[in-house]
Amino acid sequence: MNERLRKLLGTDTLLPYWLLLPTLIFIGIFFLMPLFKAIGLAFHGDAGFTLDYFKKMVSDVRFFDALKFTFLYTITIVPLNVITALAMALVINTGFRGSRFLLYIYALPLGISDLAAGLIWLSIFTHRGFLNSALYSLGIIEHPIHYLSYQHINYTFLSVVAAEHWRATAIVLVNLVAGLQMISKDYLEAAEVLGARGWKKIWYVTLPLLKPSLQAALIIRTIFALQTFAVVLALAGQITPVLAGEAYFWQFLYRDSHIASAYAVLLMAISIAMTWVYLRYLRSRTEVIRG
Amino acid sequence: MSFPYLLRRTLLYMAALAFALWVIIPVILIGISAFTPRQELYQWPRSIIPSYFSLETMRFFLGAHGVVRSLLNSVEVALLTLAFTLAVGAPAGYAVARFLFRGREAFRLGVLITRMFPTALLAVPLATTFIRWGLYDTLVGVALIHTAMALPFAVIITTSIFMGVSKELEEAAMTLGCSRLGAFVRVALPLALPGLAAAAMFTFVVSWNEVFAAAILTVHNRTLPAHIITTIQASPLDFRFAGGFFMILPALLFMFLIRRYLFHMWGGATAER
Repeated sequence: MNERLRKLLGTDTLLPYWLLLPTLIFIGIFFLMPLFKAIGLAFHGDAGFTLDYFKKMVSDVRFFDALKFTFLYTITIVPLNVITALAMALVINTGFRGSRFLLYIYALPLGISDLAAGLIWLSIFTHRGFLNSALYSLGIIEHPIHYLSYQHINYTFLSVVAAEHWRATAIVLVNLVAGLQMISKDYLEAAEVLGARGWKKIWYVTLPLLKPSLQAALIIRTIFALQTFAVVLALAGQITPVLAGEAYFWQFLYRDSHIASAYAVLLMAISIAMTWVYLRYLRSRTEVIRG
Repeated sequence: MSFPYLLRRTLLYMAALAFALWVIIPVILIGISAFTPRQELYQWPRSIIPSYFSLETMRFFLGAHGVVRSLLNSVEVALLTLAFTLAVGAPAGYAVARFLFRGREAFRLGVLITRMFPTALLAVPLATTFIRWGLYDTLVGVALIHTAMALPFAVIITTSIFMGVSKELEEAAMTLGCSRLGAFVRVALPLALPGLAAAAMFTFVVSWNEVFAAAILTVHNRTLPAHIITTIQASPLDFRFAGGFFMILPALLFMFLIRRYLFHMWGGATAER
């Protein structure tokens, strides 16, 4: 680097900070301030610090159902997303003719919101929807089944799982495909020289190298799955309440920001806890492999 | 070629096709639903392909109270979000891509962490703040919170876009007499423009799709998703199908246009580190 150039670049040591300033201000106003305000709303009543809002939240008839279904949805949907995305990514990664084009098809649901996904799958699972029509024309059923009703709460649950499985797998997929492209061909060639073939190569070489991508995708998906809301409302209504939905109802219908904030703070706490678990658990596994 | 090879290839193509059908078919089905005559939607037995396609359902949806207005609101909010997000996020992305400075990694980590904030945690407290600031039930207010949600993505995306524009070109322009700003505007910006356009479209889709905050922060000035979710319990099936179809249309178009940049958007966060 010549002297003139170094001088030019050296003079603007403050420039990057000026460029970051708008983002930092924005983060301050729209992330940090709401965070503290939510904690304040959830813990601070007329007479100072209080746990009343949390007590009221927990004693609500729907609270434990909401907690239960939020967890059930998360632990069902996220593994399905990851496993399916992994299978799709490995198929794409074989690089056959047309695999690029297929990737765009696979990534299509990226642009689709959870509300829209819920409405799409509603057209399938509703009383006179495509599933019942197909089963009828195959002669399997005579009368339509009410998948989305209190009598068939398991079907209702599975409908939401089907919709979110379909929509959110694409998010994991692009993360994994990006991760696969980062893996140097040298490793795979070395493995081949040493006699690894097919599944062995994938299991012992590709997957361990893909771990950072898997971990990031897992964390992001889990955090968003915990917030599942519109798709549940579109398909299941109030049949399977979820935490984010409760926050919505308390704020929007009952106009109680304190309880809504309590739900929001709870969601944040669960997100942080899950992230911590992932980081800890997955890291220790890497160390085991390295050791 | 050996038999196992052929068998493996066949299985591979079948798996590839099965995944493609799984993704495509639901999109086709909502399309069929949106153009099925209303009375056939409620018939039993109902055939999967309607006896004829009609615009009746779409016309009913667009004619329903509040739909066109919410549609226009959605477009306005998404455009505002796009402008705010690029104005705020792109300089930060440029800074991270170009400069080594103290706190750079902390900043990147901080940006990643903001992605973890539940929407409820932002929207619920901001509802009360916005009432005080006169932003409650305004499109600018919704656009601001959408900007906050799109900002982490925008910083990550623009970082990877500017990293793709060679630093040497800018430095060459500066040694030839350009100022730093001149070098940016004349050299880096034109080269980054397609990527920035893709980032803008992506931001548009984020805003277009967002439900929770838009529903909580508005009463009359609803966006399309907010309008659909707040009326969902009371609206007939054909309204919901048409609404679903309408919501995915621009998203599908944009996804097609920005397909080359998908990895900057979603893979970027992991691909860089």
